[in-house]
Amino acid sequence: MTFADLDVVTLSRLQFGLTAMYHFLFVPLTLGLAVLLAIMETVYVMTGLEIWRRITRFWGVLFGINFAMGVATGVTMEFQFGMNWAYYSHYVGDVFGAPLAIEGLMAFFLEATFVGLFFFGWDRLSKIGHLTVTWLLALGTNLSALWILIANGWMQNPVGATFNPETMRMEVSDFSALIFNPVAQAKFVHTVSAGYVTGSVFVLAISAFYLLRRRHREVAVRSATVAASFGLAAALSVVVLGDESGYTTGENQKMKLAAIEAMWKTEPAPASFTLFGLPDAQARETRYEVKVPWMLGLIATRSISKEVPGIEDLVKDVELRIRFGLMAYDALEKLRADRTNAEARATLDVTSGELGYALLLKKIRPDVLNATEDEIRQAAWSTVPPVSPLFWSFRVMVGLGFFFIALFATAFFLASTGRLARSRRFLWVALLTLPAPWIAAELGWYVAEVGRQPWVIEGVMPTFLAVSSISAGNVLTTLLGFVAFYSALAIVDLVLMVKAIRMGPDRLLGRFAPRHPEPEFPAAAVAAE
Amino acid sequence: MTLDYETLRLIWWLLLGALLIGFAVMDGFDLGAAILLPFVGRTDAERRVVINSVGPVWEGNQVWLILGGGAIFAAWPMLYAVAFSGFYLAMFLVLCALIIRPVGFKFRSKIHDPRWRRFWDWALFTGGFVPTLIFGVAVGNALQGVPFRFDGDLRMIYEGSLLGLLNPFALFCGVVSVLMLTLHGGAFLALKADEPVASRAALIGRQAAMLLAVAFLIGGVCIQLGVDSYRLVGEIDPMGPSNPTLKHVEVVAGGGLRVYGAHLWMIVVPLLALVSAPAAGLLLSRRRPGLAFVASGLAVAGVVATAGVGLFPFLLPSSIAPDHSLTVWDASSSELTLKIMLVATAIFLPLVLAYTAWVYSVLRGRVTIAAVNADVSSY
Repeated sequence: MTFADLDVVTLSRLQFGLTAMYHFLFVPLTLGLAVLLAIMETVYVMTGLEIWRRITRFWGVLFGINFAMGVATGVTMEFQFGMNWAYYSHYVGDVFGAPLAIEGLMAFFLEATFVGLFFFGWDRLSKIGHLTVTWLLALGTNLSALWILIANGWMQNPVGATFNPETMRMEVSDFSALIFNPVAQAKFVHTVSAGYVTGSVFVLAISAFYLLRRRHREVAVRSATVAASFGLAAALSVVVLGDESGYTTGENQKMKLAAIEAMWKTEPAPASFTLFGLPDAQARETRYEVKVPWMLGLIATRSISKEVPGIEDLVKDVELRIRFGLMAYDALEKLRADRTNAEARATLDVTSGELGYALLLKKIRPDVLNATEDEIRQAAWSTVPPVSPLFWSFRVMVGLGFFFIALFATAFFLASTGRLARSRRFLWVALLTLPAPWIAAELGWYVAEVGRQPWVIEGVMPTFLAVSSISAGNVLTTLLGFVAFYSALAIVDLVLMVKAIRMGPDRLLGRFAPRHPEPEFPAAAVAAE
Repeated sequence: MTLDYETLRLIWWLLLGALLIGFAVMDGFDLGAAILLPFVGRTDAERRVVINSVGPVWEGNQVWLILGGGAIFAAWPMLYAVAFSGFYLAMFLVLCALIIRPVGFKFRSKIHDPRWRRFWDWALFTGGFVPTLIFGVAVGNALQGVPFRFDGDLRMIYEGSLLGLLNPFALFCGVVSVLMLTLHGGAFLALKADEPVASRAALIGRQAAMLLAVAFLIGGVCIQLGVDSYRLVGEIDPMGPSNPTLKHVEVVAGGGLRVYGAHLWMIVVPLLALVSAPAAGLLLSRRRPGLAFVASGLAVAGVVATAGVGLFPFLLPSSIAPDHSLTVWDASSSELTLKIMLVATAIFLPLVLAYTAWVYSVLRGRVTIAAVNADVSSY
């Protein structure tokens, strides 16, 4: 099969996946660095030491290059819903559009307006004035994560909305349920902490690079100390809050959880957690399992008495829901033929929550009401996401999460005992860790979004129905366009980043000449600052 | 106070207009400055003056576009679905231009090689010119009607092509759009940039102002005499469900200015454009760049509002299934969503305006070559 044979659904998914993952190369660093800049500048304002202003401005240069790429690739995400997912936009725009618009109002304006002043305001604002600008910039980036994750959380757990047969779409019925969606809240804190880890690893790794080369010691040791303490807190919370995310998934997306665990059959409570194994989707079993007793039951249900259902039992549930969905579909057809049909209206009111399950059958036959038993079973099994990739992605992500805790704990210990600059073996480890947070973040998104398949809105709308009525050729054209364009930009971005890092603070900002000479500092004194 | 569905829809139609005007006025001057960049800046230092005149603020300005898109998604989801998937390849070109802009601003000054900088100058020019042209072309198509219809599940089907969008009237609207933002960008640079950039920008701005007034008049004549317009037949329930397939619409040859005949006072909207554009030109030649910038902003608002008001109550007419045209009364979000979004807008938009005004006041003053060279943050 070549590219030209791919259908609109596959191409649109490929395009969304690639552009979203590309966008998320820049977002976590923006999230983390913005807060780190604000912390560094706070130290500057509180201590009055020039070196901290210099540190803030140096990391600010790298932040700026990254921020531009984040802005550039973010616009694509918003446009793409309308371009490639027009039926999705119609079907859920009433619900999904609102958090997106509020994100623009509340967050994008804040970050985009103050980012200019962050760079150009150093000599125009008072110390406190500029510090306020930096914190507002950090607040803006974090708020934008909040609103986009409220939108995304609704795709995972579509609360607060009902189907309206007159407009043929989902409409908001309870906005506060949408905002306080537990899935959205868990995802927000997990994602933001992951961004803080990314920012901290970035600062730590580049500081390590300078220390290994014995350059820019005064900037590197202090930066590494901030990164170590902030990173330790962030790494701890990313794991703890990831566990919270696991709990909400166990509550709301049981199929995703079962797929991540490659758990084909329901185990007696409390379920064990599979540390390793080889999932086999054909045979519907997982070989060579290494299990930790009780652990999954504790994570997913916060109890030792509740069961965590396995894939086979969940598929049986889905079959039942498809049957209810068909009742809803039948009632909807009758209602569209005759708007006054009260009986159909009543049936739809009760069953419309399962309407999406009937839509799953549309992939198999357009006249879903005539579906056979076999086809219903086939549709039910189509709700199992790809097990092996989820199983492995999840385990690598979690493994990296624990590794970050160890890394920052070590860095924190070395920095507070003043040995960081001399521990060359550790500095090498820190430098080589640089790509790791991006790997973890991309795998996290992979687990969250591929684990949601075949749904675009869990239980409401199958992905294959959500696309635009456009030709595969058009989608292929834009896909190839994005790949070419983004690859070129990635190269330029990397070249400029590396160039800026190699130039270092001295050549980027001019040589350091403190107004008051500072003593040679052991790292312990830095930590005390 | 409780607002009914009809009032909410009307408010959101006005807000849509306000956001699009906000985009055209705010992002308009930096798009216009990018169009002027290769012509008003002859040396690298002069071009850096142009770039740094808009450098600290263009990112915030572009959020008006992002918010406009988000507001259409939230308040007019069907318009969002039809416009973005219908104008598919045109939207892709806009996206490419919008991607090139942030990196262009940021990357250009990082390397000293003159070829590198010339490359980014033209990239920035393209990033300003292409969206300006395409947004004008899009409005030109909206005025004529766009080839889409709905099936029974309200799935939109589009039967046009990229080349179909590029018809003579639409391209003419694209030219109007380019002239409009060239004037606006020129007025901004006349106000913000140091000599000699300011005088060159004022000169080009003056010429664009006169051409804009003439082109706008010609466009009006075309709409009245040459372009199909759309008219609702029979009743439509302004409180009814958002289903755009339940009404009847007829196509009329010409008569696109009908609204202004029916409500004479509305003529202030096109008059605003018609008076402000030459006034901006005049003020530029009298060396009053501040007032000229206000006038060019009013001209931009007048041009955008003229198109929107002329279409009312249509948002996007359909040329192949006129009954399926999107109107203010049958293409909105639910009443609850419109209400929630109105509350959010009422809280946050004034805040946005306040801190934006503060940022501009901090950055006040002309951008000079010396200042650009002195600041390590300069683009």
